[in-house]
Amino acid sequence: MTVREIKDYLEADLLYGEDLLDSEVHTACGSDMMSDVLAFVKNQAVLLTGLMNPQAIRTAEMMDMTCIVFVRGKEPNETVIDLAREKGICVLKTRHPMFAACGILYSHGLRGGHEQ
Amino acid sequence: MTLNFVVPGDDFTRAGEASGAVKQKMKQLGFPSDVIRKVSIALYEGEINMVIHAGGGQVDVEISQDAIDLVLTDHGPGIADIEQAMQDGFSTAPDHVRDLGFGAGMGLPNMKKYSDEFHLESEVGVGTTVRMRIYNH
Repeated sequence: MTVREIKDYLEADLLYGEDLLDSEVHTACGSDMMSDVLAFVKNQAVLLTGLMNPQAIRTAEMMDMTCIVFVRGKEPNETVIDLAREKGICVLKTRHPMFAACGILYSHGLRGGHEQ
Repeated sequence: MTLNFVVPGDDFTRAGEASGAVKQKMKQLGFPSDVIRKVSIALYEGEINMVIHAGGGQVDVEISQDAIDLVLTDHGPGIADIEQAMQDGFSTAPDHVRDLGFGAGMGLPNMKKYSDEFHLESEVGVGTTVRMRIYNH
């Protein structure tokens, strides 16, 4: 699946990362608790979260993720977008809540990955 | 190579700057991505801990070909029961920290998990020092 397909499936807005839209991603995780994301390295490429602060971007950075999807239609502020730009991480925003957003991507074949 | 950082205690948004800088430097030096990730996550959790619990602190990083040594020093309240603090899910973080995405009681366990050697010294009222070594396999 490409980031562009994620954007289409979730009817999401692209907030940063036009040049990353054609990146291939195979796994994702969804959480609002960043330490839970950091607890298992599974080579996830996508983080779905409702956490709207810069630590969501930093967590994605530490995990070498390609894309972050903010769920529930919340709008991240400029500080968050600026950090994503600095770190080269694609940012999407969808109106879907967490459970629905994860379900939509799962039904299209995106998986959670296996712990290494 | 030695890198030193001050982790500011009053700005949660800046926690992770040291880890980001170390990650960048290790990439430039050509370390394997899994080693970089272990160092990044261990250090990042440490930075978050220092901001949440200790009012900031100091990070000293020694990068050599064989291993990366991380020393995190703070002058916070210290940890009364280290064994308890090391348990998955045990947290003394206040509720507002959970709204920031942390405080799940996974910080110290994650630091131990991603480091090959882990030592924690703490004295109540004096502060805490965490030493971690990650080998470059």
